[in-house]
Amino acid sequence: MELKYVGLSEINGPLVVLDKVKDVAFDEIAQLQLADGTQRLARVVEVEQDKAVLQVFEGTKGLSLTNTTTKFSGKPMELPLSKEMLGRIFSGSGKPIDGLGDIIPDKYMDINGSPLNPVSRTYPRNYINTGISSIDALMTLIRGQKLPIFSGSGLSHNKLAVQIARQAKIADDNGQGFGIVFGAMGVKNDVADYFKRSFEETGALERVAMFINLSNDPIIERILTPRCALTCAEYLAFELNMHILVILTDMTSYAEACREFSSSKGEIPGRKGYPGYLYSDLASIYERAGIVKGSTGSVTQIPILTMPNDDITHPVPDLTGYITEGQIVMDRHLEQTGTYPAVSVLPSLSRLMKDGIGEGFTREDHSMCANQLFAAYSKVQDARALASVIGEEELSDGDKAYMHFGKLFEEYFINQGFDVNRSIEETLDLGWALLSTLPKTELDRVDEEHLKKYYDPNKAKTMFQ
Amino acid sequence: MDKIFSINGPVVKVKDTKTFSMQEMVYVGSKRLIGEVIRVTSDYTTIQVYEGTTGLMPGEPVESTGAPMSATLGPGILDNIFDGIERPLKKLEELSGAFIADGANVSSVDPEKKYDCTITVNVGDKLSAGDIYCTCPETQLITHKCMLSPLSKGGEVIWRAPDGEYTVNDTVLKIKTQSGDEQELTLCQKWPIRTPRPCRERLPGTRPLITGQRIIDTVLPIAKGGTAAIPGGFGTGKTMTQHQLAKWCDADIIVYIGCGERGNEMTQVLEEFSELIDPHTQRPLTDRTVLIANTSNMPVAAREASIYTGITLAEYYRDMGYHIAIMADSTSRWAEALREISGRLEEMPAEEGFPAYLPSRISEFYERAGYVKTLGGSEGSVTIIGAVSPQGSDFSEPVTQNTKRFVRCFWALDKSLAYARHYPAINWNSSYSEYVGDLEEFYCKNVNENFIDVRQQISNILVEENTLMEIVKLMGTDVLPDDQKLLIETARIVRVGFLQQNAYHKDDTYVPLEKQYLMMKLIVDFYELARKALSHMKRYFRSAGRTR
Repeated sequence: MELKYVGLSEINGPLVVLDKVKDVAFDEIAQLQLADGTQRLARVVEVEQDKAVLQVFEGTKGLSLTNTTTKFSGKPMELPLSKEMLGRIFSGSGKPIDGLGDIIPDKYMDINGSPLNPVSRTYPRNYINTGISSIDALMTLIRGQKLPIFSGSGLSHNKLAVQIARQAKIADDNGQGFGIVFGAMGVKNDVADYFKRSFEETGALERVAMFINLSNDPIIERILTPRCALTCAEYLAFELNMHILVILTDMTSYAEACREFSSSKGEIPGRKGYPGYLYSDLASIYERAGIVKGSTGSVTQIPILTMPNDDITHPVPDLTGYITEGQIVMDRHLEQTGTYPAVSVLPSLSRLMKDGIGEGFTREDHSMCANQLFAAYSKVQDARALASVIGEEELSDGDKAYMHFGKLFEEYFINQGFDVNRSIEETLDLGWALLSTLPKTELDRVDEEHLKKYYDPNKAKTMFQ
Repeated sequence: MDKIFSINGPVVKVKDTKTFSMQEMVYVGSKRLIGEVIRVTSDYTTIQVYEGTTGLMPGEPVESTGAPMSATLGPGILDNIFDGIERPLKKLEELSGAFIADGANVSSVDPEKKYDCTITVNVGDKLSAGDIYCTCPETQLITHKCMLSPLSKGGEVIWRAPDGEYTVNDTVLKIKTQSGDEQELTLCQKWPIRTPRPCRERLPGTRPLITGQRIIDTVLPIAKGGTAAIPGGFGTGKTMTQHQLAKWCDADIIVYIGCGERGNEMTQVLEEFSELIDPHTQRPLTDRTVLIANTSNMPVAAREASIYTGITLAEYYRDMGYHIAIMADSTSRWAEALREISGRLEEMPAEEGFPAYLPSRISEFYERAGYVKTLGGSEGSVTIIGAVSPQGSDFSEPVTQNTKRFVRCFWALDKSLAYARHYPAINWNSSYSEYVGDLEEFYCKNVNENFIDVRQQISNILVEENTLMEIVKLMGTDVLPDDQKLLIETARIVRVGFLQQNAYHKDDTYVPLEKQYLMMKLIVDFYELARKALSHMKRYFRSAGRTR
């Protein structure tokens, strides 16, 4: 016989307290039934003897101390999983919302996952060709990596994510499955629609599982959304051996949901009011990317977050940067000058790039070319800073050459357009052509052999007329 | 039997009990999760649990072990990878597959593997604490030496096993203590991880830890037994620098603690180190390495313990007379684990939510480094190199500031250098090393008598460049007089040609001290000659002007 508890003893924000309960486990899921017959899910966040504190995913609106009955499930939150999830749309807590009915599960899995044993991981080495020059050449995406996009409100991060999803040659030649899992946390209706439409237009929709929590949906559900999405991704990747690209947007809303929840629980806040465990909490999401030994699938994550006030030192981008394997930073200034994608090259980075490029992966000159482009572009910044003080006319010839290089680099290399898909050869050749506009003596990160092969000022001149 | 009263994340409370003592290890719940007592009051005993507490219920049993949280020390530690509480991850994989399950109880060192032991003492010998009684090859590189526990009162050997093959739990020696008790000794011992292992005396560190990294060895050297911090924002190359040090430094043994860092990084260390061959010994680097991996998604309480587990292992090998280097990546994650636990205990926070005891914990950790004479009479050292990940790259935050107080070497990583892909991105202006004076004699004797002079000249060039840069940033180099232009150019050579080092280039990744000296000398000589040429030219023009 199942025990049902009538009534609640306290309601505080998204939290409710039940007294005199028996055998309640930490982290288990409970079901609240309201007087009008609607049901809500809740999770046990604290137990003390016979008292349990529950967070209600759908919010506590309409709850009173007497109108609910609570039933404990005896297990943590589990998501029903099946291959049929691709092509479907779910709510933030994993319920189908596309009107096509429930899925028939092959398996249930705990949405919190378990930490992956470092011994059981395979170090990611296969690069993903996104067809976007700035990413492929300078911050190469590797299969099994977690590479966030740091953006700001009003920048074209969503467009970039769609382009990556569309152009990414993630599947092997042997026709292995490729799928996208899309998790939206607290996004605007328009944004969710934009992604849906874009996937539809490219014909990718039947390969996409969408988990959507809109900005006016309950915040507690938002805490579950990335976990549901990643559980689905892990299942598809590690049990069905598919290559899964997970796009999570917007991690800042997720972190804000954590903060709201934490403060209603009365926890001691850390920086900017975010809970002290935000790092561990974010890590429990981001670390669920990778490749497991013995399976041919992979989970690659592209979380998107908007930096409040474009501030990269804000706790959310800051902690994210410490967990993820690099970052793609978007730049407002470039965006304003009409450059797409407005990738700010210098602060962007891919940590796994070094082992996934070069001979056998991309091309033998890749790392030198990338290094030299970085070094040269960073000198462009110095030259620009100087020019803003003394004027461009007064610059030395060397600095003028860098100013020129910077302009070409932004115009031809970073800027490429939404529909342009460049191969890695095209991208690297373009990089060398740009470097060839600089005097040979300035190229100090490249060895003689490669200079001889790729340095060609005449070709550059005809290219950038 | 004591029962769980309440559960809040990794913190579990037991009500009305007097069974437990502070820092005692306990088993929590029917799954027997490992935990540690962190607070005892008359009403409640508070326990932090080192594993996930999902599914735990009030009323489940809590079992006392009577002993503090301890590490098992014995052969089988090297070439292994552990989690934060010394459970071998390879064994956990065999038990629960790719994902780590809770409540797995495995022995830290392989109980079945046999070691070829040589007993080095005879019946009648008198032993005291720290004396070595048995040796066995642990890997091809390192001979394991079993010693009497530092707490032992010592005694007389009354029985010894013949030389031969034994497992870690076989008795190889019996001693009779002064009070007449008999003690049986095996190849392993236990030691509480939060207590430093004693030594006979601390010696001054006068030998450098040679790393083959130019900016470290020459500009900012560290002594064996020293402490260093590497602070830097994300993407500045903390982990990269630590990998380089772990690969190339001339310590006998490396303890690499991945504390709350990325899982893929630990996998990389595992893979890379088993492929890399140590240049000094021609054996894979794993033969001299212990990895402690507590990745960011593993339980937070175990992250707090991982630092102590790591240093306890290091001290144990130090007591055998080895030189150990610890790479702790990153101590900020450890401090955050302290903060998280402290928050759950509802302690009064100090700065930025960190507990008020943060500085004392940090100092306790770094003070366990040192060059010592061991109880057994040999010399060994523990060098600690800790990465710090300051929030928002702001070095004024509490972890960086408190670490700065307790380390003698500060290698500050710089974002703008990293953006320009100048690696290692150690900023020579904001970094310092207090060891230069201590190591002067070594460098003069073993490398070249002019080493310190030349080093000083290089450092002068960089300092002068720094002052000039303020003008250059405003007006450009064109306005400078020729001798200052020369200085700027020389400083560029120092930066690009000497300080910057390519970790992926086969010759550049490790540079011997001798070559480092010659490189510096070349730059200094160039500067000297160029300056002379310049003044000749000036004089020539001046005299030419006069005759004109």
